[in-house]
Amino acid sequence: MSAESVSGGPSWTKPRARGVAGADSGAPRIWSLSADAAAGASTLAKATATPGGSARELEAPVGGAGAPGRRRGIRFRGLGLPVYTALALLFLLIPIAYTFVFSFNNSGKLNIAWQGFTLDKWTNVCAAQGVCEAFANSILVGVVATVLATALGTAIAIALVRYRFRARSAISLLLFLPMATPEVVLGAGLAAQFLSLGVNKGLVTIIIAHTMFCISFVVVTVKARVASLDPALEEAGRDLYGSAVAVFWRITFPLLLPGIAAAALLSFALSFDDFIITNFNSGAVDTFPKFIYIAAARGIPAEANVVASAVFILAIVIVVVAQVTRAARAARLARLRG
Amino acid sequence: MAFSAFASAPAAAEPAVRRRSWIALVLLLPGILYLLLFFITPLISLVFTSFQQPVINGDIGQYSAGFQWSNYTDSVVQYLPLILRAFGYALLATLLALVISYPLAYFIGVKVRGFPLVQSLLLTLVIAPFFISFLLRTLAWKQIMSDEGPIVVGLKALSIFPSDGHITGTPFAVIFGLTYNFIPFMTLPLYATLERLDVRYIEAGNDLYASPFTTFRKITVPLSLPGIVSGTLLTFIPAAGDYINASGDFLGSAQTSMVGNAIESNFLVTQNYPVAAALSIVLMAVILIIVGFYVRRAGTEDLI
Repeated sequence: MSAESVSGGPSWTKPRARGVAGADSGAPRIWSLSADAAAGASTLAKATATPGGSARELEAPVGGAGAPGRRRGIRFRGLGLPVYTALALLFLLIPIAYTFVFSFNNSGKLNIAWQGFTLDKWTNVCAAQGVCEAFANSILVGVVATVLATALGTAIAIALVRYRFRARSAISLLLFLPMATPEVVLGAGLAAQFLSLGVNKGLVTIIIAHTMFCISFVVVTVKARVASLDPALEEAGRDLYGSAVAVFWRITFPLLLPGIAAAALLSFALSFDDFIITNFNSGAVDTFPKFIYIAAARGIPAEANVVASAVFILAIVIVVVAQVTRAARAARLARLRG
Repeated sequence: MAFSAFASAPAAAEPAVRRRSWIALVLLLPGILYLLLFFITPLISLVFTSFQQPVINGDIGQYSAGFQWSNYTDSVVQYLPLILRAFGYALLATLLALVISYPLAYFIGVKVRGFPLVQSLLLTLVIAPFFISFLLRTLAWKQIMSDEGPIVVGLKALSIFPSDGHITGTPFAVIFGLTYNFIPFMTLPLYATLERLDVRYIEAGNDLYASPFTTFRKITVPLSLPGIVSGTLLTFIPAAGDYINASGDFLGSAQTSMVGNAIESNFLVTQNYPVAAALSIVLMAVILIIVGFYVRRAGTEDLI
C-alpha cells in the first residue's frame, strides 16, 4: 500500500496484491500498515483502487433499507458514526491546535499563560537559544539516516522478494525484532555497546541508531512495492536485449521509486520525531525532540512551537497535495478506461 | 474488490527460484551486517552489562565483567511496582485506544468507501499527530490539564472536582496520554483490515435476522481480527516501554513512574548500567512472551 503513497503508478491494476504481499515472511504484514500510513499518503492507493461502483452498491443496503421496523435505529446509527468520527478527529487535533496557537503567544521564557498575539516568534525563530541548532541537527541526522536506511533496506527488500535463499526466515526475524522491541531497550542496548567500546556519543552515534531502527520499516514498505511489480515488464526488457543493469535502472528502479520515496519519507519522519533512542545515544548533542525534553523541565520557548507548527504545515500540505493529485489522476484514468 | 479479501499472495510475488544467488548475497549483506552490528550485538552487550559488578574502589559508573545474578533479582524486587504499572497502564491504554479507534476505523474503512478522496483526507487527519512532535503534543495536554488549565478550572467552578484536586501527575493523566498518543497506531491497522471487509457478510447477517450487535460480534469482529491484533501490538509494545507520558515533566509524577523511567534514570542519571540493562532485558523478555502468547491465542500465527 505504502508503495503508492507518493506518486502514481498503476495502482488500480492490482489493488489488493500489496496488502497481502508481506505474508510469507511474517513480520511485515503487521507493521506495514503503520509504516505506510506514517509515511503519509498511502491511503489513496487503496481508495483509488476501489473501482467506484461495486463498493458503493454493496454498501448501500447496510446503511439504508433494512426491515422497516429497524429503520429508526439504523437512521440513528447512520448519524451517530459520522458525529463520533468528527469528535474523535477533533480530539486528535486538540494538542496540535494548542501548539499552533501558542506559537503566536507573546510570552517570555515560559510559554504557558496566554499573553497576547505576536508574530515575533515566527519572524525570529532562532532568537530562543538552542532551537535552531537542535532543529539543524535533527534535519542532518534525518537526512543521513534516511539515505543510509533507504539504501540498505531497499536492497534487502528486493532480495527478499526476488530471490530464494536459506536463512530466509532467520532474516525475516532479524528484520521483525527491531520493530517489536521497545525503544528504551534499543536505546539502552546501543548505549551499552558504545560504552563498552569507549565510543564518544554525538551526531555519529545518533545517526547509527536512527539508521538501525529505520531499516526494518524501509524493508516492509519497499517490499510491498517490489511484490506488486509485474515481472513481465522486466522480462520484456530482457527480451528486447536490455542488459541486467539497463533493465534494473530503466525499468525496475523507476517502478519501485514511489515505494522507495514513501520509505524515505517514513524514515525521515521516524528519525525526526525520535526521542527515546536519541536520548540514550546523543551525548551532549541536542536534536529537536531532545531540546524539547530538556526544556520541558523549565518551560518550552514559543519558538519551539513555531518550528513544530511549520514542519506540521509543510508535511500536511505535501500529503494533501499528493492525495488530491492522485485522486484527479485516478478520475482521469477511470474516464479513459470508460 | 470484494473478493480480494480472499486473494492470497499474487503470482507476481513468486520469485524466480535461486536466480543468481550471489546477487541476493550482495543485496542482503550490507543491511544484514548493519543490523547484526547495531541491533544484535547491542542486545548481547546489554546482556553482558546486566551481569556486571561494580569495580571495587572504582568511580561511579565503573563496572567490570562478572556474573552478578543478583542484579536481576535486586532490580526486579526494587522496581516491581514500576514493572507492574508499566504493563497495567499499557494494557488499559491499549484497550481504551481499541474502543476509541474501532468506530473511527469502521467509519473511514467501510462507511465512506465510495468516496476515495474523503477517505484519504480523513486518514490524513488520523495520522496528522505524527507530523508534530510527540513531546509537544504531550506537553500541550499537560498545559490543558494543568491546575490553571481550562479543564481543572472548569470542573472546580462546577464543584465536580475537589478544590485541591489535580489531573496531571495522576495515573489517569498518564493513561490518557498513552491512549491519545497511540490512537493512530491502533486506527491504521484496523482501517486496513476493515477497508477490505466484504460488506456482503454483514448484509447476510442482517438478512438472517441477526441483531446489529450479533452481526458485529459474529461477523465484523472476527473478520477484522488481524487488524485488532496488529493494532493492539503496535500500541501495547511502545506503551509498555514509554517513559515520556509517565515522566514528572510531562503527564506523570513520581507515583506514576513506569519501568522505562527506571531504565532511563538508572542508565543516564545515576549511571547504574547493570540495573538498567537487567530491567531492559526483563522488559523485552516479558513483552516477547506476551506477544508470542497473544498472537498464538488470537489464532493469527502467520503474522509473526
